[in-house]
Amino acid sequence: MAILVYTEHWDGQFKKSTFELVSYANKLAEMANTQTVALSIGDVEEDNLRQLADYGADKIVSVNQQHLTYLDNQAYTSVIQQVADHEGADILVMAHNNTGKALAPRLSARMKAGLGSEVKELPSSLEPFTVNKKVFSGKAFANVRLKAQKKVLTLAQNSYGMYENTQEPVIENFEPEVTPDQVQTKVEDVEKHRDKLLLTDADLVVSGGRGMKSPDNWDKLEALADELGAALACSRPVSDEGWRPHEEHTGQTGKIIAPDLYIAVGISGAIQHIAGVSEAKYVVAINTDQDAPIFDVADYGIVGDAMKVLPELTQAFRQARS
Amino acid sequence: MKILVCISNVPDTTTKVRFVNDNTQLDTSGIQWVINPWDELALTRALQLKEDSSNSIESVTVVHVGEKGSEPTIRKALAIGADDAIRVNADPLDAFFTASQLAEVIRQRDFDIIFTGIESSDYNGAAVGGMLSELLGYPSVSAVSSFEMENDQAKIIREIDGGKEQISSSLPLVVIAQKGIAIEPRIANMRGIMMARKKKLEVVEPVETEPMVEFADYQLPQAKPPCKMIDPENVQELVDVLQNEAKVI
Repeated sequence: MAILVYTEHWDGQFKKSTFELVSYANKLAEMANTQTVALSIGDVEEDNLRQLADYGADKIVSVNQQHLTYLDNQAYTSVIQQVADHEGADILVMAHNNTGKALAPRLSARMKAGLGSEVKELPSSLEPFTVNKKVFSGKAFANVRLKAQKKVLTLAQNSYGMYENTQEPVIENFEPEVTPDQVQTKVEDVEKHRDKLLLTDADLVVSGGRGMKSPDNWDKLEALADELGAALACSRPVSDEGWRPHEEHTGQTGKIIAPDLYIAVGISGAIQHIAGVSEAKYVVAINTDQDAPIFDVADYGIVGDAMKVLPELTQAFRQARS
Repeated sequence: MKILVCISNVPDTTTKVRFVNDNTQLDTSGIQWVINPWDELALTRALQLKEDSSNSIESVTVVHVGEKGSEPTIRKALAIGADDAIRVNADPLDAFFTASQLAEVIRQRDFDIIFTGIESSDYNGAAVGGMLSELLGYPSVSAVSSFEMENDQAKIIREIDGGKEQISSSLPLVVIAQKGIAIEPRIANMRGIMMARKKKLEVVEPVETEPMVEFADYQLPQAKPPCKMIDPENVQELVDVLQNEAKVI
């Protein structure tokens, strides 16, 4: 029995979200009185692998094969299942990002393991195994019982902190039985937005809606985001109009985010938009319409013209910093 | 070539949800039911692919696991343009149950491309597409924001954290679609609605499957304290409260 946590890397590096994930797995292992085993697939240097032990990994299994450079859902599912069997892991933990969403359900079906997706907290009970999850796109929560002996959990982004718990890890290379011809989906090209703060990773987010009136006005929003070191987001009408790329669309059908601070500018706050930001710890709303529903979910509000408020606010943050 | 689109029947996204029976069941009274938004985008893309004659796609079928009450949603998919429909006559108990029923439908018939939405807006499991592909032993690509056919190869764009990947795959394939696969969902016109009444809607009985997950009870989020209003002439106050009260900057 062990907890196996799949730790994805980005060009050989782990992120804050990886360490949160390992922290979560380690706390779960403590609850279940067992070990935390981290699995890395791909080319990651040993010094970086060792970082996983700072957050509680007792053992780190590294799988590094050329044909497993890119995610292929079937091949990766097979690798993770082989490592889980080898380690005797009954519980798998992975991030609720696009990779986790691709792999967790396949592993659940393959291992006949109950899937608890997008959990935010540790299980409230191990017997019966009960986790709480968001349902109806954030309009409610549910206690979910995973009845199967084995479990797969995906952890919601930015939902659990990083907790140092340094271990002296065992690092092991594992050679799974997956041949190159089993990789059926071929990655031919990769396009990365380098040097850009990822919306889903950001602690601070500045977001614009139709109330910004024109894409030409985005420079004022960008100035505020730059001052704060925040990521940019937008509402659905803005991405539908092509004012901003759809990667920035935040809401029920776009990105679901959980930053510390979300500043909504010229966003009325349709229920579908709120679903994407309901996990933000603090919401600031700036809108000309004092009856806009965004003020129902905001912690702080300014009724005013964004074109006037944004430059003043950027200036005020700049002064506060200096 | 044949396409199958898996559709889920969900409360309209503007629904205010409530629960009954000691918060163990959704109160379905007054709910408007719609096609799950991501499934609707996938269906729209499937219909566009069929209309492009260079793809030689014979048909677009929709499949749904649900009781008879969900037939209006299936008819809507037919009105938008799907050629025919299959309904597995069962309450979709959990994602594994649903995926098992869909896998059985696919085993009984031949489909080359199977579309599912990345998640459903009701239980937000993001599970059925992945489980289905595993049960079938088919390759899958998730978070797909663009899908084209080129000869017999699927050309796919997958969204990753901080970028995109261009992927090619042979068929059969399960395509798990997110926003971007189509821009706007297609809307049924009057002719489509009339024609949908005559299209074939086959009802099949479920295979026996034990669900692995049980929804024990539901809670509504706690109400937020009222919004603290700040004078637009004094934005400095906002900086102060964010620094000293919320402590987020």
